[in-house]
Amino acid sequence: MKKKNVPQDEGITAGISREVQYAVDENGKYVKTFSKGWEPKNIVNDIAWQDIQERVKEAVEKIKAGKASPILYYMQKNQMTVSLLADYVELSKWKVRRHLKPKGFKKLKPKHLEIYAKVFEIPVDELVNYKPEE
Amino acid sequence: MKLDYKHIPSGHCENGVIAGLLNYHGLKLNEALIFGIGSGLFFAHMPFIKIDSIAATSFRTIPGMIFAKAAKRMGIKMKKQTFRKQPKRAMDELDNTLNKGLPVGVQAGAFHLTYFPPAYRFHFNAHNLTVYGKEGDTYFISDPVIEYPTTLTYDELKRVRYAKGAFPPNGKMYYPISIPEEIDLKSAIKKGIKQTTKYMLDIPVPLFGVKGIRYLARSMKKWPEKFGPKKASSHLAQVVRMLEEIGTGGAGFRFIYAAFLQEVAIIMKNDAYNELSQEMTYIGDMWRDFSSMAAKICKGRSADKNGYNTAAHLLLDIADKEEQLFTELKKLIKNA
Repeated sequence: MKKKNVPQDEGITAGISREVQYAVDENGKYVKTFSKGWEPKNIVNDIAWQDIQERVKEAVEKIKAGKASPILYYMQKNQMTVSLLADYVELSKWKVRRHLKPKGFKKLKPKHLEIYAKVFEIPVDELVNYKPEE
Repeated sequence: MKLDYKHIPSGHCENGVIAGLLNYHGLKLNEALIFGIGSGLFFAHMPFIKIDSIAATSFRTIPGMIFAKAAKRMGIKMKKQTFRKQPKRAMDELDNTLNKGLPVGVQAGAFHLTYFPPAYRFHFNAHNLTVYGKEGDTYFISDPVIEYPTTLTYDELKRVRYAKGAFPPNGKMYYPISIPEEIDLKSAIKKGIKQTTKYMLDIPVPLFGVKGIRYLARSMKKWPEKFGPKKASSHLAQVVRMLEEIGTGGAGFRFIYAAFLQEVAIIMKNDAYNELSQEMTYIGDMWRDFSSMAAKICKGRSADKNGYNTAAHLLLDIADKEEQLFTELKKLIKNA
């Protein structure tokens, strides 16, 4: 890529940073330049976020239907899988799976609720009183 | 206390941190040279490793390897420490090292990096940054993929050093302890290139190197039927993200490698490497065309089979070009 062709399509890093892009200058020599972004990158990044939003929405539906606990919502919101969440709360995966069900969630001890809330960076109240939006 | 550390914005975090640390100790090597000597260039498509239920594609070797190989090949000794489940000790040790006047490289999880743009904040744990000072509760941070130096609080830094998931940092920190007076760059370059040509041409498993690119092309053609329009576009988007995400310098590290080959031409006093550099630039541009084409397909979330077929064909062309290039490079380095 030629230096003069380095794209400057503002997007995912707008206002925060610019990315280093290697490109060839007028003399054919490689130089480091800055790029504000590139449209194809913005598009594929958008797709990844859409997929995350989709999973959050599915979680909300499940909670509304009484099939999942608020933990599923916050897990998806934090882009986590059961195994990653289990790592963070330092519990076994099967325990986390149980807490993802309304029944298991109700039985959670305050100590564990606190651990979950801390990982999700929210107050315990917010986790316990979570109500899916209509 | 703030050490006199020069922030070097870089294409790739691992190279950027090493380049910065070595620069602090008086050894001026650029990122591209470190990337090439550390055999950073690669291709892998691994359907059995999933990221969010999508097959993993990588354009570089595994985290930590560039760094380990480059240091070894140049005779640089690094001190590396990890502190499993001992965050307090990890932070104390960092403070002690800073107090000795040494900037420190640190492995970090990207998800909780407060200064990152939201789009960078995924659960990716193999990020690297340099800590070069501390005042009160604040650490001075040089993150090579961010344009300017930045800061993190004690708690924020502790948190990213203990991110969980794949490749957990476990408080990993590192810094050079001895750098040889004279470095045999020619020998280091030879070793670096030899291994890269091996990676790209000779791994007897069809998932890696040039064969891996062809494998991805064959799979891609089947995606619209296999996954349906939506999921297929998520798969395609993932490939482009790996190709163009932060830290590649563009086109899946192909441009950084082309820059490396230009350096090699000077050091080896052989213009043939410049020709290969030009060829690599051309290949990088082809990868960019692929990204552009793929993003258009993704945007419409269309299952247009023709789109996937055309993209796959472009990949096959790229594979042929890369095969040719690395075969020539292999010959050239053998006789060097």
